[in-house]
Amino acid sequence: MLKLGLPSKGRLMEQSFDWFAGRGIRLSRSGSDREYAARAEGVEGLSLVLLSAGEIPRELAAGRIHLGVTGSDLIREKLAGWRSDVVELAPMGFGHADLVLAVPACWRDCETLDDFASIARDFRAAHGFRLRIATKYHRLVRAFLSEHEVADYQLVDSQGATEGTVANLTAEAIADITSTGETLRANHLKILPDAVIHESQATLVANRRAVETGATAELAAHLGLPPHVA
Amino acid sequence: MIPRTAKSAVGRRILDAFRAAGAVEVAPDILLPADTLLDLYGEDIRARAYLTTDPIRGEVALRPDFTVPVVEMHMAQGAEPARYCYLGEVFRKQDHGDTRPAHPRDNEYLQAGFELFSRAPDADAEVFALFHGILAPCRLSATMGDMDLLLDAVAGLPLSAPRRALLAHHIWRPGRFERLLDRFSAVEPPRHFAINGAPWTGLRSEAEMEARISRLEAGAEGPPLDPAWRTRLHRLFSVAGPAPTALDELRILADHIPAIAEAVERLSARLNAIAARGIDPAAIRFDASHGRHTMEYYDGMTFSFTAEGRPDWPPVASGGRYDALTRVLGQGEAIPAVGGIIRPGLVAELECAPC
Repeated sequence: MLKLGLPSKGRLMEQSFDWFAGRGIRLSRSGSDREYAARAEGVEGLSLVLLSAGEIPRELAAGRIHLGVTGSDLIREKLAGWRSDVVELAPMGFGHADLVLAVPACWRDCETLDDFASIARDFRAAHGFRLRIATKYHRLVRAFLSEHEVADYQLVDSQGATEGTVANLTAEAIADITSTGETLRANHLKILPDAVIHESQATLVANRRAVETGATAELAAHLGLPPHVA
Repeated sequence: MIPRTAKSAVGRRILDAFRAAGAVEVAPDILLPADTLLDLYGEDIRARAYLTTDPIRGEVALRPDFTVPVVEMHMAQGAEPARYCYLGEVFRKQDHGDTRPAHPRDNEYLQAGFELFSRAPDADAEVFALFHGILAPCRLSATMGDMDLLLDAVAGLPLSAPRRALLAHHIWRPGRFERLLDRFSAVEPPRHFAINGAPWTGLRSEAEMEARISRLEAGAEGPPLDPAWRTRLHRLFSVAGPAPTALDELRILADHIPAIAEAVERLSARLNAIAARGIDPAAIRFDASHGRHTMEYYDGMTFSFTAEGRPDWPPVASGGRYDALTRVLGQGEAIPAVGGIIRPGLVAELECAPC
């Protein structure tokens, strides 16, 4: 029996249902819509579990679920060495959101990541501490800035309302997920166009060991996905 | 698999050799305040060190290296010259990106180290020769670098002081350094920044921004760098080979980059002092860029000892001069300092009976 994990709430769940329905597999919640149980029809040997999108990467890596739908950002942020544990089977075309670096819109001298690096150095010299970037995507942001050789910054943890940290003077810049950029604009922040850290979307992901089983290959064929080369 | 006890035994033998060289053994804490390390190493340290929170002390780190606590201890109470040695575990996270390696590196391992705080001109040679002697039975390859050469070359460029400082700041970040060098070598049109109506937000002040804008809108101070300088710097960065041959090359280069002449003669004196301690300089590989790949705090000689047949290993021993670090930690007071560490665990695996 293959276990498929889907986000338990909101649009991501609805759109996942639609995506599978479009490929001949009808997924639905059983019982009331407060109950986290669900069933799959139209295919043999597939069971459905609903769980928090943020926990899906961990459950996939551990092999407690074999397939899952989650953001490609969460896979990379939550699983160190993710390619060793999981395989991305298909981007699903919804849940688009970009992890971006954003700075105050009033910084009219900050147009590129190079400007940002230079401002960070000046800031550190003027204030005696490293320029602070508020984020919850520590690993992705650090890897991106390290690859682009940006120094003189530090990350500060922000698990919510991240766009407000700049006005609250607890950070000078933020790195967060955005789809329309509206919240950023409302908080007088602007995106650095050459600092899009990751373009995320909902992705069908499989545990690496599960990919090698016949059951997964059959399901992939049913979904019309190209056979996966592990 | 070498048992931990065997690794400790090798570590104690190395420690004895350090003590015989006049060092006092010190035993810094394992839990270190994280803020000093974070300020020094930046975010890199969060990717590499284990950080945890103490309800009273705040953020603390499991000791990622000994240099910082030893320097702090010395700055607080030491008299010069001073020689310290230590043996203990360090802890390093190994977060490798997208794919985990088949043979991940150790998360905790022993370091045996020696640190020398001294103004004596042959301090570099003393430390290098000590490590060379201890490791001689292991038949390792010795590589030496010299950040002094590179930093002096940058300091001597015909550019404005802020531009030279910027290049020196990014010398450990090769891509950024090259981009800056390209920018400074071309005629740079002044930049113009559009006014926008966004309200001011955040801690960075409008005055800070205006200062940067007026700097950039004024364009370059002085003419662009003659492209010959970029070529000379690249030649300097790529000097590598047996130390005496490299020294000859550097002397020729010094005719074109006069700013490095003194550093070249200091290198020559260091190699002589090393030869006087019975080591053939021709057996040392000099790599001018060696220090660009090490921790940012080395600002003079750097060295490493690597095992030829183990390309996947980190250096068995490494070290260098870190005067700049003592300046940062000493709140204005600086003490010339040079030191290094040996990894007893790797020595034990080579089964080469050091000391």
